[in-house]
Amino acid sequence: MRNTNGIGERLINGIVRENPTFVLTLGMCPTLAVTTSAMNGFGMGLTTMAVLALSNMIISALRNIIPDKVRIPAFIVIIASFVTVMQLLLQGFLPDLYDSLGIYIPLIVVNCIILGRAEAYASKNPVILSLFDGIGMGLGFSLALTCIGAVREILGAGEIFGFRVMPASYVPFSIFIMAPGAFFVLAALTAIQNRVRRSGEKKGKDMSRIQSGCADCAECSQAGCGHRFYGADKEPADEKKKEEGK
Amino acid sequence: MLEQIGDLLLLIIGSALVSNVVLSQFLGLCPFLGVSKKVETAAGMGTAVIFVITLASGVAGVIYRFILMPLGIEYLQTIVFILVIAALVQFVEMFLKKFMKGLYEALGVYLPLITTNCAVLGVALTNVQKEYGVFTGMVNGFATALGFTVSIIILAGIREKMAYNDIPESFRGMPIVLVTAGLMAIAFCGFSGLL
Repeated sequence: MRNTNGIGERLINGIVRENPTFVLTLGMCPTLAVTTSAMNGFGMGLTTMAVLALSNMIISALRNIIPDKVRIPAFIVIIASFVTVMQLLLQGFLPDLYDSLGIYIPLIVVNCIILGRAEAYASKNPVILSLFDGIGMGLGFSLALTCIGAVREILGAGEIFGFRVMPASYVPFSIFIMAPGAFFVLAALTAIQNRVRRSGEKKGKDMSRIQSGCADCAECSQAGCGHRFYGADKEPADEKKKEEGK
Repeated sequence: MLEQIGDLLLLIIGSALVSNVVLSQFLGLCPFLGVSKKVETAAGMGTAVIFVITLASGVAGVIYRFILMPLGIEYLQTIVFILVIAALVQFVEMFLKKFMKGLYEALGVYLPLITTNCAVLGVALTNVQKEYGVFTGMVNGFATALGFTVSIIILAGIREKMAYNDIPESFRGMPIVLVTAGLMAIAFCGFSGLL
């Protein structure tokens, strides 16, 4: 067995084993919204990767300084700062991408992948590994967004990265680059996931790491992607409520 | 005066139906998919979202206009808004608990869940982007949240009926809900002729 803490292992983990989109199904809002074309998906993926890697690194470096009780607000401030930096950089150097991603750039702040990695990995592990964990997860996310974007672009416009790939006689289903198409693509994706999980379970493999992310977590009556991370803070309050209820 | 009211009405229709927050902008998907099993809870969630978004877009508007703009630090909007929203939700929860027991019991469970709802931050940022004033921003927030409530209640209604259907094995659970949402999104595309 390979060294579980290696840098390479972190990269593979993010891209394949715990791919945020295909395996964990986290961060669905941006996934659906910006994958109208392969290029947009790729741009969003890379922006998220930069924020993820940098915030993971800083959070990991500060992990012994930040008091446990205020860690979530502290993480959010760090993440929001990097998102602002990326937003200004994009606005300055890639104005076209900035315009097509629009409001979804500042909304990277509430992407549950980033806070999730901060809480689950960066706050417990050394700086270099956290950096590569962020890069791995970010690459996995970029790859997934590019794939979904490519599928939608091929079906919806007959093009990929702006190059025509389908024959001229192909009539594009333009619905796929519109909002409803996003839901259908994600539905197909989660159906495939269900299928893979079931056939894996039949063979007796442990498939528990494949999960329906946001949706599942919301279903356990705790809506909001963030709850499982923010939730830690809220527990004492909830207990108090219960006591009062009694 | 009449013209202004007409503009506001158009804004409300635009935000609530034409560019529906969930079905065409994909904001607030998590509660949309997660809390839509029963019409009753969906309605509760919707009411709480209307309440919080209207309030949050007002507060964010005031802070942007009277603090960030005079100081010339508009670029801090993302950081400021997310902290303000989180604090506001906590504050609203405490306020309701103390002074309005009935409303707290109705909305209480949903309030903490909304903090992380990207729709709240999304509306605050859209208001800034489109340069709405404080009042127009609040109207926009209210209309957006209304659109959320309408769509989550419709989805919950469909899901209640769907619970008894025979669905292909792989599509059980989330996939069929997403297909439903997609069909709803097609229906909502029809509203784009309204404006």
